[in-house]
Amino acid sequence: MTAELFSQYLFAGITYGIIYAIVAIGFNIIYNTTGIINFAQGEFVMLGGMIAISLNTIIPLVPAIALAVVITMIIGALIEIIFIRWLDNPSVLRMIIITIGLSILIREVALHIWGEGVRSLPYFNGNEISSIKILEAQISPQVLWVIGICGIMVTLLSIFFRFTSLGLDMRACSANRLAATLCGINARNMVTFSFMLSAGIGALAGCVMSPITYTQYDCGTGLAIKGFTVAVLGGLGNSMAAVAAGLLLGIIEAFSIGVVPLAFQDAISISILLIILFVRPNGLFGCNETANLKEF
Amino acid sequence: MTRRNYIPIMLFITAVIGIQLITKFTGTNYYLTQLTMTAYYSLVIIGLCLVMGYAGQISLGHAGFFAIGGYTSAALTTCNLTSLFKNGNSLVKFLSSQGMLIKSQDLYGDPVLYVNPWLAAILAIMLTVAIAFLIGIPVLKLKGHYLAMATLGFGIIIFRIVLATEIFGEADGISEVPGFTLIPGVSVNGNFDNRIINYYIACGIVVIGIILLLNLINSRVGRALRAIHGAEDAANAMGINTSRYKLYTFVISAVFAAVAGIFLTHYNGGIGPSEAGIMKSIRYVAIVAIGGMANMWGALTMGVILNFMSLRGMFGSYDDAVFGAILIIIMLFAPEGLLRLAIWQKFFKKNDSAQ
Repeated sequence: MTAELFSQYLFAGITYGIIYAIVAIGFNIIYNTTGIINFAQGEFVMLGGMIAISLNTIIPLVPAIALAVVITMIIGALIEIIFIRWLDNPSVLRMIIITIGLSILIREVALHIWGEGVRSLPYFNGNEISSIKILEAQISPQVLWVIGICGIMVTLLSIFFRFTSLGLDMRACSANRLAATLCGINARNMVTFSFMLSAGIGALAGCVMSPITYTQYDCGTGLAIKGFTVAVLGGLGNSMAAVAAGLLLGIIEAFSIGVVPLAFQDAISISILLIILFVRPNGLFGCNETANLKEF
Repeated sequence: MTRRNYIPIMLFITAVIGIQLITKFTGTNYYLTQLTMTAYYSLVIIGLCLVMGYAGQISLGHAGFFAIGGYTSAALTTCNLTSLFKNGNSLVKFLSSQGMLIKSQDLYGDPVLYVNPWLAAILAIMLTVAIAFLIGIPVLKLKGHYLAMATLGFGIIIFRIVLATEIFGEADGISEVPGFTLIPGVSVNGNFDNRIINYYIACGIVVIGIILLLNLINSRVGRALRAIHGAEDAANAMGINTSRYKLYTFVISAVFAAVAGIFLTHYNGGIGPSEAGIMKSIRYVAIVAIGGMANMWGALTMGVILNFMSLRGMFGSYDDAVFGAILIIIMLFAPEGLLRLAIWQKFFKKNDSAQ
């Protein structure tokens, strides 16, 4: 493999990897505060992209994206308030089925609003053919936008969870909900907020990736499965490990293009998921003792 | 089988005959086609009901098993072996001498030699059992979200494989699958003349399936399964081999799905990749949930009603949306299933005391 091809694959892998990582962090945020996996996580990404595309026909790109993120956050909050907030200690099976139902509903609504067509936002800089030469590889400027914005998002999130009062409150809820409530934290609001946050980051990722990966009404399912693979790979609930796992999966996928037929691309990540689930269900970076204390 | 179980089975058989008579006298014979398909789908649903309701394990990959059955059987019965036979392939020669192959002619009068549907069905079921064992051993060690995702992943892999493999017809699926001659003169195929007999074959298979499952549920195995559903650790402590029971249940329900796949493929004369899709798996789960998880008759009733409405196109382009909405509403307001709502509870209690 030439150096040029190598770096070309590497950049493709990082681009997809960081998007998977964002979806995985979305899973983790909700999992940490509620203990449920939101199967509709991929739909937030799709909604973000679709809403921004529709808004961009009326208003310029940046406000369109900002507004799309806000709208998706509101949708996320509404979903939590309408479907989840008032349930008393629901079983895991029940939550799985409800979130799967939600993902189907969102997808079908999107199908009836936007149709089956493939859409995309315009490139933030230049167009389809403009490229920058980095490390011998020809990179579209949009790739740098994706890596940059997702990287900033990850950094901001880790600052948010470590140093802000709200972030600490959310972590307290995930550590021990009862104790957090006794300390005067409104745990229910934290859950709503976690849905808003993960909807927001999903939507922003959906917007920046839209020019290169395109947005279609059913693109959420594939992303959700890859995001979940990454979340499990890094250890469920561990957001920073998800970034490493995401990059790993993205790079594996990118380099496997030469070996595995394109039609089986999805099968690779799912096989990785199955193997990880069977061999190390607490993730590559997780530790056995903490995993045993969690409920799946 | 206890005497109590005979009553609903008799009721079901009466309903099957009654519906056929109604369609005969109202001149709506064409409903029977959808009812036959519905009956085959119901077979998947009662199988899944055993896994979800009684063993308490979710499976989001049952359309995969349906597709394994249907596709294996379809691929074997549409594969023309004439050239291999002429070249003197010893395996083909042997199968032919054992009467395992069927000779016929295609549209243009060329000879066609294909595997006997019986042999194809047996091979398909054996393949399903093997795959269900291989998948079930690791998957059933998982719980909750992980189990859901692993079975979903299995379903997607099967979907991708049929979509990308040439012998499975890729996106077009397999068509022109010959009929399945059960006994001379009685054949499972889509001919309009055979509509009534096919309807009874399908319902007969469902009745056999139900009797088998009810026997299982009311046996030692069934009690063990309910114990696993209630508290797996406690069941383990009582000396129940939980992992083995879970695995066997999973395999049995996979076989139910495969049998449904085989018969429906012969009945429709073809199978497409949408049968292996995720939405199909979710639909099966939805129907079991609506019927009330551990409620075989509830799942069967709801399965027949919803599948029939869906196949008649009553939901239009909102088909998937309707199933999604039903799934959410049932899980939010009636997690025990539609037939176990408080309103019905009173009615059932009265019945129980009467007995």
